[in-house]
Amino acid sequence: MTRTRFHQELDELKHRILAMAGMAEQAIDLAVQAYSLRDASLCQRVITNEAGINRAEREVDEFAIDLLAMQQPMAVDLRFILAVIKINADLERVGDQAVNIAQRVLNMIELPAAELPVDIPAMASRVRAMVRDALRSFIEADTDLAKHVLEADDEIDRMNHEAFATLSSYMQATPDGAVQALDALSIARNLERVADHATNIAEDVIFWVRGADVRHGAGQSFAGS
Amino acid sequence: MATAVDVRGLKAWYGKTEALHGINIAMESTHATALIGPSGCGKSTFIRCLNRMHETHPDAKVEGQVRIGELDIYGAPAVDVRRRIGMVFQKPNPFPMMSIYDNVAAGLKLNGTHNRKTLDDTVELSLQQAALWDEVKDVLKKKSGASLSGGQQQRLCIARALAVNPEVMLMDEPASALDPISTAKIEDLIFELKQKLTIVIVTHNMQQASRVAEFTGFFLMGNLVEFDRTEKIFTNPSDKRTEDYITGRFG
Repeated sequence: MTRTRFHQELDELKHRILAMAGMAEQAIDLAVQAYSLRDASLCQRVITNEAGINRAEREVDEFAIDLLAMQQPMAVDLRFILAVIKINADLERVGDQAVNIAQRVLNMIELPAAELPVDIPAMASRVRAMVRDALRSFIEADTDLAKHVLEADDEIDRMNHEAFATLSSYMQATPDGAVQALDALSIARNLERVADHATNIAEDVIFWVRGADVRHGAGQSFAGS
Repeated sequence: MATAVDVRGLKAWYGKTEALHGINIAMESTHATALIGPSGCGKSTFIRCLNRMHETHPDAKVEGQVRIGELDIYGAPAVDVRRRIGMVFQKPNPFPMMSIYDNVAAGLKLNGTHNRKTLDDTVELSLQQAALWDEVKDVLKKKSGASLSGGQQQRLCIARALAVNPEVMLMDEPASALDPISTAKIEDLIFELKQKLTIVIVTHNMQQASRVAEFTGFFLMGNLVEFDRTEKIFTNPSDKRTEDYITGRFG
């Protein structure tokens, strides 16, 4: 009763979600690059590419739902498909956050450059590492790495709060740069949300591999072993 | 939850071949327990040990303890045991020459009940409990059990088993020969029956196990590998062998 074809289809599902992950990861990379270079053409690429991510989301969902309906998966296979459906939604949202960042960058490019007291590239670098680790934990079914992603989220939250505090003070002291500061604030907030999606992906990996629900702090005691 | 069926160190043989290697399991009263596993794993042998059917096989031998409530079934007459434990098989086996009525009344008559009113009432109640009454009430004595459809025959066999008021119902792949509608009726029936009875069902259909049973046991090569709540077995089993079987990685 070995289900060779079904397991080939699960591999195919994994390939499809990873292809989509590549698109979402690229969108964030391009948006951050656009911020650093003040490059409108990169922003446009992010905005244009979003349709591809949305299309991939629908295709992955459709494929996953077909497998649920046609194959009645059990245990680790069931958890894998459920995790893929949730990761799919998170990746699509990552694409949305990238578009939000690109739109803010387009605003900023219209205005004179301001010396803002926030290190967006440093924050972006941490967030991209989280996304990369979350996806690697998925590829390698590595719950230790997934747990590391969960821990990294606190640092991003702290950076976001710090950006809020410093940019608020900056806006009061420098009204001429207030609009640019608001855009930077929004970019920091979007990056923080990307980190939340990476966290969700890591939680889904732990659910898939271990069958443990670690959402909303339920994983405090999860040892990853 | 009270334990209805308590099995300790159960071993069974066919001649010199040991088919069960010491099974321990406590099945809860008024719940359904599904037994799954590949062909030849011992699950049917196991339930046949619960009502002493196994020993009807030539050269068969059983060792260990099975208790139904307070009754030690290997310390009691086999007839008494089978009165308290009904059984339904894969292939419906109504008595072909008997009417529907006589099929249901057969066990009662065998137990010495001949009062017409008691028989009538019990036949009606049993057929109602088996969700067959409405379909056969007008032809009870006119039609034979064998004239019914496969699904109806299976419900007739369930009614026949219910008539002697058992505490436990053993079901050995009761729906594997039935179409989806008849299968759904049997599954609905299991839901009704387990309000009052303890059900032990052997099935190859894992979706069926997950639909009808609160508990599931996985048998492999004469051993009970894992026994747990059904949702745990089908979403996150503890044993790799269980997971490999239910996900189709072997079998």
